Amino acid sequence: MYSEKVMDHFLNPRNVGEIEDADGIGQVGNPRCGDIMKMYLKIENGVIVDAKFKTFGCGSAIASSSMATELIKGKTIEEAMEVTNKAVAEALDGLPPIKMHCSVLAEQAIKSALLDYSKKNNVYIKGLEDFDPTEDVH
Amino acid sequence: MKKLIYMDHAATTPLKKEVLDEMLPYMKDKFGNPSSIYSLGGQSKNAVEIAREKVANAINAKPREIFFTGGGSEADNWAIKGVAYANRNRGNHIITSKIEHHAVLHTCEYLEKQGFDVTYLDVDEYGLIDLEQLERSITDKTILISIMFANNEIGTIQPIKEIGRIAKEKGVYFHTDAVQAIGHIKIDVDELNIDLLTMAAHKFYGPKGIGALYIRQGVKIDPLISGGGQERNRRAGTENVPGIVGMGKAIELAYENFEEKNRRLTYLRNRLIEKIFEKIDYVRLNGHPTQRLPGNVNVCFEFIEGESLLLSLDMAGIAGSSGSACTSGSLEPSHVLLAIGLPHEIAHGSLRLTLGDSNTEEEIDYVVEKLVGIVARLREMSPLYEKVKEVK
Ligand SMILES: Cc1ncc(COP(=O)(O)O)c(C=O)c1O
Ligand code: FES
Repeated sequence: MYSEKVMDHFLNPRNVGEIEDADGIGQVGNPRCGDIMKMYLKIENGVIVDAKFKTFGCGSAIASSSMATELIKGKTIEEAMEVTNKAVAEALDGLPPIKMHCSVLAEQAIKSALLDYSKKNNVYIKGLEDFDPTEDVH
Repeated sequence: MKKLIYMDHAATTPLKKEVLDEMLPYMKDKFGNPSSIYSLGGQSKNAVEIAREKVANAINAKPREIFFTGGGSEADNWAIKGVAYANRNRGNHIITSKIEHHAVLHTCEYLEKQGFDVTYLDVDEYGLIDLEQLERSITDKTILISIMFANNEIGTIQPIKEIGRIAKEKGVYFHTDAVQAIGHIKIDVDELNIDLLTMAAHKFYGPKGIGALYIRQGVKIDPLISGGGQERNRRAGTENVPGIVGMGKAIELAYENFEEKNRRLTYLRNRLIEKIFEKIDYVRLNGHPTQRLPGNVNVCFEFIEGESLLLSLDMAGIAGSSGSACTSGSLEPSHVLLAIGLPHEIAHGSLRLTLGDSNTEEEIDYVVEKLVGIVARLREMSPLYEKVKEVK
């Protein structure tokens, strides 16, 4: 059912955990199947220097969170904003159609954490104007 | 990869060797059509009738009351649609429960669109229907009560004898989906006042795609499948002879040494439940503690999700199932877990392990040991577990 990449990231997820003094924290929930993803970001000079996550969800949700943190680590905020759910899914060598929404959750979690950062630090992040973390991702 | 530990016997069971051995000749040399006049056909016909007798004996029915079908779903569809259509002049009301298999529920929903009224009885936290609610629901329009013998997810066994008594008193037909019960519980259709009963061979070490409907003599029922005159004009289609032969053998074997097998399975089940509760916290048992199928274990681990649990178990060579939303095509949690009152997030962490002949005590202990690690690992990853740890 899942690609080897997905299984690898599910069994050996990268960046699980919390960041004590995170600069941005985002939590999103999937209203449909009930899963929850929490993302912690450490940001220095506009660069994401560390990212960690916690996920209550299926294998694909865990793998997507893991891959998402890998994709944004070391990136600038602008670059991280470009990480879409498609990019996450592609980096995992694809997800079954019914599991695509799990990667949407990962994209939402990144954006939600960035939104938290932007509010706390009063910085403007292009592309977050209309972002609503509570929106149904389906 | 190491040997598979199969704990999903409620989904299906492996074919027994003795069963396959009896089936094989009817796939090759003894291939005749039971309806043919020549002796090759007669041979097949005989084999079908011997199997029918074995199935009838297993539930204390007459052979002429057993009709072979293409599995459990067909038998459920037939029982409900067939009785509904044949008795429309008497009434249009059917009573069933909220935790039936989809083969029953979707059939009832279909009939609702055809103008029938269906009452879906609630169940309590253990999955038991309320007999008083059942009695109250019966009207002069009620033609059928369809309540499953034992539930496929949580294993709860319904008070079938009482339901049968109520149905008989009120003059309403009683159908029971006994797909999970046959071979695992002793069933006497006379003692239990059952009018129609569904069975499927692949749940008791028989072949897939073959089942039967018991129809008490005198019950008014329309055919579901029209065509040739097979099964005494009630179920058309050339008989699945190897399947029927296999079903006959499998049901015979299922009730051999029954008490001993039953005791063994119940022991293993209780050991698995006890060990899980001993070694893991924030666990809930789903279904009735004692009125449950001998091989059924169904628990919820809080703060984690069932699919990730199943994937992890699979990596450890263990096959189980879950009622989590993430494992269902519809992304809805199991209707059974919701009906016993579980909130979505708890239903999320459900795990069903159903035991059978192949399982051993060592396997139980191995599974528990693996579960401890898997649950701990997934909880460490869960944002919901943090809060609990803080409180602790
Ligand atoms: C309670 C119950 N009813 C009906 C069925 C359907 O049987 P089959 O798969 O043989 O059509 C099953 C099996 O999944 C079942 O567990
Ligand atoms: S998060 Fe529920 S299906 Fe993936």
